[in-house]
Amino acid sequence: MTTATATVSDGIEQHAPAKGMMRWITTTNHKDIGTLYLVFALIMFMLGGAMAMVIRLELFQPGLQFVDPSFFNQMTTVHALVMIFGGVMPAFVGLANWMLPIMIGGPDMALPRMNNWSFWILPFAFAMLLSTFFMDGGAPSGGWTIYPPLVLQGGNGFPFMIFAIHMMGISSVMGAINVIVTILNMRAPGMTLMKMPLFVWTWFITAYLLIAVMPVLAGAVTMLLTDRFFDTTFFSAAGGGDPVLFQHVFWFFGHPEVYILILPAFGVVSSIIPTFSRKPLFGYSSMVYATSSIAFLSFIVWAHHMFTVGLPLEGELFFMYATMLIAIPTGVKVFNWISTMWRGSLTFETPMLFSIGFVIMFTIGGFSGLMLAIAPADFQYHDTYFVVAHFHYVLVTGAVYSIMAATYYWLPKWTGNMYNETMGQWHFWLSTVSVNVLFFPQHFLGLAGMPRRIPDYSVQFAEFNMWSSIGGFAFGLSQVFFCYIVYKTIKGGKPATDQVWEGADGLEWTLSSPPPYHSFSTPPNIK
Amino acid sequence: MIKLKQLFACAAGLMSISGAVHAEYGLNMPIGVTDTSRAVYGLHMQILWVCVIIACVVFGAMIWSMVYHRKSQGAVAKQFHESMAAELVWTIIPFVILIIMAVPATKVLVDMHDASDADMSIKITGYQWKWRYEYLDENIDFFSSLDDASNQARQVGSNIDPASVDHYLLNVDHPLVIPEGKKVRFLLTAGDVIHSWWVPDFGWKKDAIPGLVNDAWVRVDTPGTYRGQCAELCGRDHGFMPIVVEVKSAADYKVWVDAQHLATVASKTLLVDRLDPRELKNKGKAVYRTHCVACHQKKGEGIVGIFPAITASKIVNGNINDHVDVVMNGKPGTAMAAFKAQLSDLELASVITYQRNALGNKVGDAIQPAAIAGLR
Repeated sequence: MTTATATVSDGIEQHAPAKGMMRWITTTNHKDIGTLYLVFALIMFMLGGAMAMVIRLELFQPGLQFVDPSFFNQMTTVHALVMIFGGVMPAFVGLANWMLPIMIGGPDMALPRMNNWSFWILPFAFAMLLSTFFMDGGAPSGGWTIYPPLVLQGGNGFPFMIFAIHMMGISSVMGAINVIVTILNMRAPGMTLMKMPLFVWTWFITAYLLIAVMPVLAGAVTMLLTDRFFDTTFFSAAGGGDPVLFQHVFWFFGHPEVYILILPAFGVVSSIIPTFSRKPLFGYSSMVYATSSIAFLSFIVWAHHMFTVGLPLEGELFFMYATMLIAIPTGVKVFNWISTMWRGSLTFETPMLFSIGFVIMFTIGGFSGLMLAIAPADFQYHDTYFVVAHFHYVLVTGAVYSIMAATYYWLPKWTGNMYNETMGQWHFWLSTVSVNVLFFPQHFLGLAGMPRRIPDYSVQFAEFNMWSSIGGFAFGLSQVFFCYIVYKTIKGGKPATDQVWEGADGLEWTLSSPPPYHSFSTPPNIK
Repeated sequence: MIKLKQLFACAAGLMSISGAVHAEYGLNMPIGVTDTSRAVYGLHMQILWVCVIIACVVFGAMIWSMVYHRKSQGAVAKQFHESMAAELVWTIIPFVILIIMAVPATKVLVDMHDASDADMSIKITGYQWKWRYEYLDENIDFFSSLDDASNQARQVGSNIDPASVDHYLLNVDHPLVIPEGKKVRFLLTAGDVIHSWWVPDFGWKKDAIPGLVNDAWVRVDTPGTYRGQCAELCGRDHGFMPIVVEVKSAADYKVWVDAQHLATVASKTLLVDRLDPRELKNKGKAVYRTHCVACHQKKGEGIVGIFPAITASKIVNGNINDHVDVVMNGKPGTAMAAFKAQLSDLELASVITYQRNALGNKVGDAIQPAAIAGLR
């Protein structure tokens, strides 16, 4: 551990980063690339958030006040694509880049040049996606699920969206390959698989999911492209194809995708809760097995997104039972987090607050997920605001909250500066109150009969929509505050110690804050 | 604090359960008016209560440790980190609960799938953005679109207060009418993109998919009017294709069926006459407002890049046969539907005549319904 510091000073002399812009364009350093990913994700998060604000503004009261319905549909579609592929996924890849090599005691990612490339594809992919707003016919407006035949009616933006998705997929697959190769080859001697921090484990499994399903998505969107431009009829019944086939293929990608968005979050929370409970993680090995089971189950439940398309009875029964099973490993995780807190010595710094917020609100999202698994009840819930509430509880108060928690947890390590704790706690409370005002009433809206993806609604839905919009605006402003906190911490602040958190355990805390440009050129000793 | 919020949330959920029977202003799923919907509601409440109870236990344990195991209270961390027994318990108990849930869910699902022995069948076809209802045994066939009052009020900048409109966005020009107490089988399909037919009071929704036929059924015991909406994103006006079902007593239903048959006969006789172009144009305006305006817009200006303008359009101002061809047969690969399947001869003739002589076009010719009939 002390050797780490010594090697580093050598490293800095030999490989100081290039100056100016070129540092960021040519970098192969995992920390620089991690930073690029995280900054990019934050920009996309704010951009996707701005689209959500347009949505909530139009839904503030019944009647159409601000936007045309087709523009509204563009907002919902691109909001989802930007948040999923531009916000949450790059944020987790950024965390992986920063933390994985350090956590396993390796010097860098295994494939540094590919690492650079997989990041730099993203700005181009999103420039292409967002440029569709300025094309005839506007941005894609068929929903992020891009179901044919509707999506085939799109304007000139359609092929650009397809190619943007291809590029995002290539970026993700390369990132995933890098994660797997790094974990399998770059571990310090003594860092056996079952000694790896859970964040490493969850990313390891996530990377396999990515490699398995991103090509499936690529295939599906390519078939859309040829259906539109080369007269194939994969998804048109008139030519012997089947519109439902697309949904099967899409959700074969789509369901593992939701675990791609949440498994690394499990890893983050499994790192943070023990630190602030001053207790080792409860049930480490069962956490690993639970994560693997979730990953396996994620491949055999896809059609629960399609209960209403007219599946045969046997199919609906199978997918209902398989989906219900996911509750078991997910429950194991929640129980383990709570057992970790049980009889600990708890403190509530911002990362812990976000992690506790994660556990509670992600569990609420899990409950509504269990409700959605009951196929006959899903015939009512499906495609309503109940579903919107469900997946925003898992993705916003789940995935996004874990990213916030991770940011507060590791930001002092990354920058060498402590963030302002008071501001962090304010950010947490503002976000948590507003996000519940935003999404909780949407359960009621859905149950009362409001379909999703509509720009205007019947007057009995007015009151909850207004609440939801007010919560939305407040949540949006809270995230502007988050940007300010992060910016301020990067610029300066109370110097952070190497240990940063009293109860923190792991290799990252043995390095200086900020860590040297090249860390662990000589492997650390693993207990 | 966060758990307090959670408690409030639970409390709000509980209140919604006790006051569930608001007809127009609900917090909870409607119980509905069929055996199916009541069974679905039962499953919904059952799983909701299971979730509430588990939530109380799980969040309770969490709150307990947050209150009593704080460092500021002098708590010292125990270092235990494994228990095979605990892991087994919280794997097996949820498994048992899931099986208990799965049994009734399976029963309801089997029942919902059984559309056999229906008393009558109605084919439902979704179009952008209206529904078509064909009574397979009765020779009744009509379209059902958003009613005019809602349609006026929902335009951007209409300045009409939605609250002043009767059943804003949930009212149609021609509701579906079915008899009470009969098992009605629906065959669902679509003419363009995927739609989904949903009346919450019936307890289910089912996708209407072009090229495929799904079935579903309903038996309603209480006469009344039940409302719903399209539930699958189907383009620009997805939010504006409501469903209204009127359930009538057997006698009232018979009266309604006879009236429909009379109306069909009346519209057939009309076709023999040669109509005045001005009359056609006037009728065409109403057809345009119902069937064309969503894409081609109020003044015929269209939307650049996706929906071509009618005003100064080459097709509209060119040879009338080409114009008729596009309207009747549509344009494959675009949102332009083949309207010969959707509109009557009279409607087609009048909307084509209207487009050629209004919306900034002055071609000056007209087409008669009889000519359209000849092209079918």
